[in-house]
Amino acid sequence: MAILDTRMECCPREELEQLQLERLQSVLNRVYKNVAFYRSLFDARAIVPEDVRTLEDFQKLPFTTRKDLADNHPYGMFAVPLREVVRIHTATDTTDTPTVVGYSEHDLKTWGALVARFLSAGDVTRDDVIQVSFRYGLFSGAFGLHHGAEQIGASVIPASSEHTDRQIRIMQDYRTSVLVATPSFALLLADRLEALGIDPKELMLKRGLFGGEIWSEDTRQQIQQRLFIEALDNYGVSELMGPGIAGECLERSGMHICEDHMLPEIIDPATGEPLGPGETGELVLTSLTREAFPLIRYRTGDLTSLDYQTCACGRTLVRMRRIERRSDDIIIVKGINVVPQQIKKILMEIEGVEPHYRVIVSRENNRDALTLHVAVSDHVFLDEVKHHASFLERLRNELSHRLGMRVTVKLTEKRTLDRELETSPQVVDTRRL
Amino acid sequence: MLRLQNISTGYGDIAVLKNVSLHIGRGEIVTLIGANGAGKTTLLNTICGIVRTRSGSITFNDEEITTSSADRIVRLGISQVPEGRQIFAPLSVLDNLRLGAYVRYRSWGKKKVQEQIERMYSLFPRLHERRQQYAGTLSGGEQQMLAIARALMASPGLLVLDEPSMGLAPLVIAEIFKTISLLRDEQKTTIFLVEQNARTALKYADRGYVIETGKIMLEGRSIDLLDNREVQRAYLGRQKQPIWE
Repeated sequence: MAILDTRMECCPREELEQLQLERLQSVLNRVYKNVAFYRSLFDARAIVPEDVRTLEDFQKLPFTTRKDLADNHPYGMFAVPLREVVRIHTATDTTDTPTVVGYSEHDLKTWGALVARFLSAGDVTRDDVIQVSFRYGLFSGAFGLHHGAEQIGASVIPASSEHTDRQIRIMQDYRTSVLVATPSFALLLADRLEALGIDPKELMLKRGLFGGEIWSEDTRQQIQQRLFIEALDNYGVSELMGPGIAGECLERSGMHICEDHMLPEIIDPATGEPLGPGETGELVLTSLTREAFPLIRYRTGDLTSLDYQTCACGRTLVRMRRIERRSDDIIIVKGINVVPQQIKKILMEIEGVEPHYRVIVSRENNRDALTLHVAVSDHVFLDEVKHHASFLERLRNELSHRLGMRVTVKLTEKRTLDRELETSPQVVDTRRL
Repeated sequence: MLRLQNISTGYGDIAVLKNVSLHIGRGEIVTLIGANGAGKTTLLNTICGIVRTRSGSITFNDEEITTSSADRIVRLGISQVPEGRQIFAPLSVLDNLRLGAYVRYRSWGKKKVQEQIERMYSLFPRLHERRQQYAGTLSGGEQQMLAIARALMASPGLLVLDEPSMGLAPLVIAEIFKTISLLRDEQKTTIFLVEQNARTALKYADRGYVIETGKIMLEGRSIDLLDNREVQRAYLGRQKQPIWE
């Protein structure tokens, strides 16, 4: 329960706001000087950074959106020369133009330090063996946790996306005490342990730090009861940094946002107007200290509310409620953000006509599954079976390839599908998160 | 302890500081680094009440001092060691020190001023040796010490130094900076240091701000600023190769 950085995490609000103002003004000066996108964005509105004296002034600045990042792909949003960038990740997103996120040496250090904060808040110490079961790759999740755990001095096992049985073996052999994973992996693990007849109490697991997915209080209870651990939530946005933006303490009453590095706002997703504390809206974040890739008023698409009361743990940092919904139509499947538009686009490319389809996201045996019901034009059904099979194969391959996950494709008759579409939405998420 | 919010100021038509916000916590050594003409001295003079602000506010120990007079600010506990030392050359060392306590003399009385002078002598034994000498005959380093001691005579909570390393030999600079650290560690004096000698300033300071054409571009812990490539390139003279992008 140690508070890693007492000075910042328990900073009186007045002092914190002074620091935020200073850092905000300097980051605005930096992006105006170094990022062409922001310079033209401000110039177009006849704003200079010096105009920002208060938070109200700041809220007149335009938002940065996912589209801006795509438009300026790959290096248009970088605020330092590429030679000062020491790491490049991509955001978890399936669209054709991935968003690139760069880190300077100092950014990596800060990242680790912020992850270390929520690890400490979850009582992870140098005596722990921490198993990071996020996939190591272009997505930033695994690396953030890795850096943070190393800064604390815990023993880090980069178990990555090893097979579940092997993960269990690692837990047994190396006496893992802290699990870092997606909540769905934790449930999967519980199932597998049950199937193998292994009592979770025989493992050394005491805590789990979960993120990368939307999950509920219900799921938390399940994980805690089935694995006999304390399950904590943390929050990250890959475009801004990855994990480390906010994390729960053992009070489990909201995630503390690292406000000295990330300035949070809540807005009405429809109008863009700012909302007050306690009101639910879209989270907008400004990275105050990022060197390589600073973002101003970035729309995260996540819906939450903020609680400015001091937490029972003593931290004064604002708490955000767990994410339950998104403000856009993005669905998170296996930790990957799927944009339904993208599915439509792929189908259009293959079929060459306006596609009729439904997307069904479900969870079977604690595994997320993406099923696509596609209405085929009559000629496919009439044609010989071989033709039919190859079409299905092509569709499945292309979708799996482009979305980066296995997709089940089912062909249905157009009439049946049309009837379904009359009564239910095109994208259905049947998971009870 | 000291808090500046959105300070803008200038001379005539020329804006020098643009919306500068910064803070100095009790017991901190904070440095402001920047090139010639970036607005460093103007910022110090604004804090000390010599240059008037056009907008924004300055608070010291929760008291608003934005429009206070320079002598009032000294009384409240901010003393400046000006750029180029500005000691009174035709006066003796002792008289220079006495003048430093000018705003305190009435409330302290002779005895307490004398005690303060003794304290300065123990801090800077060299000044004791030369107490009867004309200040103008001191060496550069000694003059700098005298300037610091004169500022300390008013027993400030915040000592503001403008380019203390200017025109001094490296060994002397090291001595001056050691004294500054000592002041913070032993006398609990808070220190705000403006320097062109960025490397030395960052070595001794806890935190730093980088000012560029009147705007704060960066705030951070000194160790982080020393590692920052932009700072290294612009102020520490490293990586002089042209940048290709």
